[in-house]
This record gives sequence, structure tokens and C-alpha cells, in this order.
Amino acid sequence: MRTPLSQARGLGAAHKGPETFWRQRVTAVANIPLVLFLIFSILLHIGSDYATVKAYLAHPIVAVLMLGLVLSVTVHARIGVKEIVEDYIQSDAIRMPVMLLSSFFVIGAGLACAIAIVKISLGA
Amino acid sequence: MTPEKWRANGNKMVQLTLPKNSKIHQGKEWNPPPKDAEEGRWRAYRVYRYDPDTDENPRVDTYWVDTFDCGPMVLDALLWIKNNVDSTLTFRRSCREGVCGSCSMNIDGTNTLACTMHAEEAQKETIAIYPLPHMPVVKDLVPDLTHFYAQHRSIEPWLQTDSPTPGKEWRQSREDREKLDGLYECILCACCTTSCPSYWWNGDRYLGPATLLQAYRWMSDSRDEHTGERLDNVEDPFKLYRCRTILNCTKACPKGLNPGKSIASIRALMVERGE
Repeated sequence: MRTPLSQARGLGAAHKGPETFWRQRVTAVANIPLVLFLIFSILLHIGSDYATVKAYLAHPIVAVLMLGLVLSVTVHARIGVKEIVEDYIQSDAIRMPVMLLSSFFVIGAGLACAIAIVKISLGA
Repeated sequence: MTPEKWRANGNKMVQLTLPKNSKIHQGKEWNPPPKDAEEGRWRAYRVYRYDPDTDENPRVDTYWVDTFDCGPMVLDALLWIKNNVDSTLTFRRSCREGVCGSCSMNIDGTNTLACTMHAEEAQKETIAIYPLPHMPVVKDLVPDLTHFYAQHRSIEPWLQTDSPTPGKEWRQSREDREKLDGLYECILCACCTTSCPSYWWNGDRYLGPATLLQAYRWMSDSRDEHTGERLDNVEDPFKLYRCRTILNCTKACPKGLNPGKSIASIRALMVERGE
């Protein structure tokens, strides 16, 4: 029995959104050179042996760029996946678990990549 | 879906399959044209019909319009049908010149105003007419826009000031007045909002293009003193940030406005003040 205005106002504005929006744009811009660098790195090492690739990844500049790529892509994907879930999953009962699982997956994958780069660059 | 059910469902419309009682059935053909009719004189209109007073599902009826006896616009054809064939056909109309926004409907696959759409513009020979998509239907071509209007009301679309009211009027330079061009013309026909997939998914919380264009219209008004509060009011992941720049809104607008650009401008203001 709520009035239409009460329904339209709902719980009011969350005062969130601009940071997420801006972060999504910043990481999108950062992803362009970083992904190009990743593609360049892969092309450069087609046919190379394990030791060469490992030495390449251990170089500080390469490691920094790769870590930056992982961070930027992870943040970007985390926001993107969350928004897709919010858009397409209507049931509140399913929305929350899917949101949690997808976040865990994206953050987990990012952490695994980061650890691998750190290990290689520290010579482990 | 009836307006009551829709509201009980939290103003959510999107469903992958229509509920059983909303599935559209084939209706009847009302007035087949005479056998000896001249070539091109009669044009078929397929029109969505729904009567809340019966338990019947919605149906699509076919009417034949005598184009020699009827005005050029789609609204003329609807009025011709109502006057000559079926007086129960229900739709909103008022100004018949694109300033009131009453006769918005889905014609030939596009949301537009029946009064400003020339029947000749239709891509298909048979013109299909449905109510605005993804809104509960009151009857035939009349959608329930209660939630849409309430959302518009929620952005407080009037001049808000704290300074003492001047003796004559709030003054505005010509340059500042020009900033309202492309915004003030909105007639709230809801063609844009109901064409927006993001509004179909999350219309219970997302304000939609028309309301956001109106919000930006007041943010852009040099005489208004509540720009910050207006930004606060829409600073929300759902109210504002559900726009996916699909731009169906801009494509649909029968007044040639650009709600997508207004939404981008509000986001730019958000970044300007916070990032």
C-alpha cells in the first residue's frame, strides 16, 4: 500500500557510484597499453624455452608492467562482472550468491597471477 | 501483467517468458476490405488489444483502414478505426501535434508518437501497433505510467532557490538560457524510457532516460540553487549508473532529444565534483 512516490524513492540514493564509474574508466584506459604489452610479450616469446621466458618475466620493468596488468584487469573485471550480475539476475535469492562467487573467482584469479609474477621476479 | 500485479512484484517487469495470462493470442479481422477495392487504398493495421474486464488473454486484431478517407498520420488511422470500425479501441491522445506526449506507443517496432508518425514512414506494409513495451497495460494501447511519473516527481523537477525571491523574475543570460535547449523540449512521453533494456531489467530502481534528462535539465538551469542536492539525489549505482549507453533512448525520442548525452553529462558532473 505504498504510494508511487515512496516506491520511486525507495531507500534513497546510496551516494556511491562515481568512484566505481571512474575506476572502471581509468582501468579501461590502463588496460589498453598493458594488454598490448602482454600481446607483445607473448609474440616475442613464441618458440622460446622456459628459462628465457622466466628470465624475461623476472626483469623488474616487465614484472611491474605485468603486476600492473593483473591489478588493472582484476579491478576492471570485478566491477564488470558485478554489474552484469546486477543487470541480468533478477532473483534476490540467486543474485547475492552469484555475486559472491563471481567476486571470489575474479579476485582469486588475480591473486594467483600476482603471486606467480612475484615469485618469478624474486627468483623463486 | 496487470498494474496491480506489477506493483506487487516491486515494479519489476522483466521476465524471460510472459506469464500465462499475458501471452498474446491471434485476434480477429474486423473489416476485410471490399473485393473490388482499388489497389493500395486499404491498409492493414495489427493492433494489440487487452480488456481488463474479461479473463481473456491479450490479442492482436487486424483492422483495415481506408487511406482515401483518412488523414496521413498513424493517429489519424487509429481515430478512423475508432470512429468507423470499433469504438472500443482504447488509446490516449490529445494535442495531435507532438507536444502533449499522450499518444506514445510502439508502432512498426519503434516507440514513437502516433500523431507525428506518418503512416508512409512505416517499414512494413501492415502496421503493427503495441503499447509501450515492458509496462503494465491498463487497456489496449494504454500503459500504466504511474511509476514513471513518480520517478519524475522524485527528482523534484521545479526551480529550487534559497535566495530571496526577486521582485520581478529570476534573471538568466541568453547564453545560460541556451544551455536548456535540447532539454526543456522533453514532453515526458516515455518513448525513451520504455525503449531502454536497462530500464526493463531494473526499472524499479533505475530512473531511466526521461527522468535523468529532466534531472539534468534542472542541474543545467543557471537560476537553480540546488545543483548539489540534485546530484546527491541521483548519486546511486542504480538510480543513475544503470545506463549502459545502449542509446535506444536517443534513437527513440520523437522530439529528437539526446537523453543518453544528458546522462553522460550528469556523470561528468559527478566526476568533476568528486574525482
